[in-house]
Amino acid sequence: MKIITVQRKVLKKNDEIAEENRNTFGNQGVFVINLLSSPGAGKTTLLERTISRLRGEVKLGVVEGDVQTDRDARRISKLDVPVVQIVTNGACHLEAKLVQDALASLVLADLDLLFIENVGNLVCPASFDLGEHKKVVIASTTEGDDKPIKYPNMFHVSDVCVLNKIDLLPHTDFDTAQFENFTREINPSLTIFRTSAKTGEGIDSWLAWLKSHVKK
Amino acid sequence: MHEMSIAQNIVEIVEDALRDEVDPDVERVVVKIGRLVAVVPDSLDFCFTAITQGTPLANSQLVIEEIPFQVRCKGCDKTSQVESFVFRCPECGNVKLETITGHELFVSHIEVH
Repeated sequence: MKIITVQRKVLKKNDEIAEENRNTFGNQGVFVINLLSSPGAGKTTLLERTISRLRGEVKLGVVEGDVQTDRDARRISKLDVPVVQIVTNGACHLEAKLVQDALASLVLADLDLLFIENVGNLVCPASFDLGEHKKVVIASTTEGDDKPIKYPNMFHVSDVCVLNKIDLLPHTDFDTAQFENFTREINPSLTIFRTSAKTGEGIDSWLAWLKSHVKK
Repeated sequence: MHEMSIAQNIVEIVEDALRDEVDPDVERVVVKIGRLVAVVPDSLDFCFTAITQGTPLANSQLVIEEIPFQVRCKGCDKTSQVESFVFRCPECGNVKLETITGHELFVSHIEVH
């Protein structure tokens, strides 16, 4: 019997490419957000609202990750911002290499802010660094208020949580205080915004946070 | 099912580590996974078995060793093991904690005959 010592991080390759991406973003002065949520929490709607409010003030671009179809990318391209679609063909998360390849279709020097909309999934995308500056997880009031404790890793690794669909609160059993308590137990430093991407309620604080991170 | 992607990465790392071995008969591949890493051991084992079929690793066993989630409290400076995902010091209740272990995901070693 012989023991060969390896001691190598399993996701080392992904992490290295993510670091290359981060350096590229830094060199081009682009602030990059990895947008995460379960399917249907409102990632694309929040993006549409954000883009239509910031357009003219901040130069935005979007990388869309989906398991199938370019429906989201088509929605975003209607807003006249550069968008690249990644179709993962079944894979449940984006990896740094896919993002790196997608960047070839964008002129980063022309952007201030890039959103990477990850595949709708609260588990797998948490493990893969894409080279982003901040991870933003979107939860919605039509999901359970116990989502943070059911999917703790996602809420633990995120920097910001957007609680979306607050316009629907009167029609659900969602307990906002309970939700926020759960998120703070898992991640005491998480910044939380409450929004309705549909009506625009609460969007101002989210936009102010974004603008504070974009290089002038 | 990011376990498939993780299994592929493990196999690549093992193949790389075995490059200088002549006909290695691999018995065990030992990986260490922190409690905070969302990997399902059974799924990972299933994926590893599936992708190593018909390869030199086909008869090897994937051994998954779990690393506990340990924190040091920035308030009372005590080190504790945390069982759940509640980020609060079990000694004094402070939420300002430094994670010592729990985020690991690495191939530790390979045992060959």
